[in-house]
Amino acid sequence: MTDWQPSPLQLERIAYRRRRARRSTLIAVVSSVVLLALVAVGIGSTPGWPRVRSTFFDVHRGWQALPVVAQGLWLNVRVMLICAVLIVIFGMTLAIMRTLRGPIFFPLRVFAAAYTDVFRGLPLLLVIFLLGFGVPALQLRGLPNQAVIWGGAALVLTYSSYVAEVFRAGIESVHPSQRAAARSLGLNYRQTLRFVVLPQAVRRVLPPLLNDFVSLQKDSGLIAVLGVIDAIRAAQLETAEDFNFTPYVVAGLLFVALTIPLTRLTDYVARRQGWYGAGGGPV
Amino acid sequence: MSLLSLRGIRKVYGDNVVLNDFGLDVEPGECVVLIGASGSGKSTLLRCVNLLEVVDDGVIELDGVDITDPRVDADRIRSRIGIVFQSYNLFPHLSVLDNITLAPIRVHRVPRDVARARAVEMLERVGLGDKASAKPDELSGGQQQRAAIARAMVNSPQLMLLDEVTSALDPELVGEVLDLLRELKSEGMTMLVCTHEMAFAREVADRVCFLHQGRPLEVGPPAQVLDDPQEPRTREFLRRVSGTTGR
Repeated sequence: MTDWQPSPLQLERIAYRRRRARRSTLIAVVSSVVLLALVAVGIGSTPGWPRVRSTFFDVHRGWQALPVVAQGLWLNVRVMLICAVLIVIFGMTLAIMRTLRGPIFFPLRVFAAAYTDVFRGLPLLLVIFLLGFGVPALQLRGLPNQAVIWGGAALVLTYSSYVAEVFRAGIESVHPSQRAAARSLGLNYRQTLRFVVLPQAVRRVLPPLLNDFVSLQKDSGLIAVLGVIDAIRAAQLETAEDFNFTPYVVAGLLFVALTIPLTRLTDYVARRQGWYGAGGGPV
Repeated sequence: MSLLSLRGIRKVYGDNVVLNDFGLDVEPGECVVLIGASGSGKSTLLRCVNLLEVVDDGVIELDGVDITDPRVDADRIRSRIGIVFQSYNLFPHLSVLDNITLAPIRVHRVPRDVARARAVEMLERVGLGDKASAKPDELSGGQQQRAAIARAMVNSPQLMLLDEVTSALDPELVGEVLDLLRELKSEGMTMLVCTHEMAFAREVADRVCFLHQGRPLEVGPPAQVLDDPQEPRTREFLRRVSGTTGR
């Protein structure tokens, strides 16, 4: 190992690969610059561009709207964090309900199946309207009537059904031989699920799960329709003053800035594929 | 009295009759080796004994208790029987040590430190003392299989079932697992083994049982069944395996 010197052949290969890598970088830079220039010239030369630029991309107006929109975004972040915790709990509960065996659990299985069928099919916006305007209209005592709570509840109800299906796929992807091994050691059904199946299932579905949370982050903007002042609603109010749409673009940029770290995390976790082993080999 | 007694066992998958009126007795401390072609029902038989499969007819008695009775507590029965699988089936998310202590801690309610001490001792015995904190996929096949044997042994089972435990190993690693099994045998463990290793069968088996079409066609000491088979089917099978395996 220590006295190994690369052979002339290997040195020649290394030099060749380095030349190739330099060439590839150069080509990538040139093609990117050319493409960007073409797009800029193409859009810039359209007759309506000056008007569009002043309506959507007014830098001064953007800076002005930033504090209000950012404050709205803070609400989105809080809603999203609280909802995410509840969604994981409900989603996992539904997934376990669907995989329970035995006649006594029949009603639970049916409920879980019906729930996921209904809430995966219902458009999120409709659920938000139903809960946000419908429930407070019942005028029931003791129920909260803040729009943000009912908007959050709609997000939890809908996303729980997606997440439940992700968890269920994970549970069913654990090979039956793992259950057989656990049962043969004397672990009962519950212990097998808790100590052998779920730890492997959760590791395996972590990437699709994070993907759902990226999507939740931006869908939390939909509760704006209930009049809650989140980032989208704040941008709408700003726009109403002078019909300049730049605040919407600001809100959009903030949402992207918020989701990019989570997206990168998702990629990273997917590459690691759930720590050791549970996800299979490196290929 | 036999430790394990099988009478009239029948197991059917769809139209496929895997075990048909199967009968066998295993005495305490005895090692019975099941041989036979793929699909002859060897693995199914072991899975039935461990209650991982439900028999379609017949009785299995362990220590005089009918374990095929649907009223028995299957989890309790299983924890008295150790099984080692062809593909090890270690839990990939747990370290080797945690694989071994899982059942003692969760099923037998052994205190954690006692379970760990016993697991470490068991790992020393199977020659994996330095691998306690490794994950299964960091071990070679032979090491994984020895860890699986340690996991099965730590519950002090009355009976060990070994299902083709060397089939997934290359010839160099087969030796280390077989050495371990020989040692278990010399300590008086009762074993029911299915294998393609005729050399191993010859060495450790008290009796060899040749399965054909779901029945024990020929049962007896290895010298009789392997070296002087009476049935033409047995002779044909042995001729074929001796042609393909070097050992």
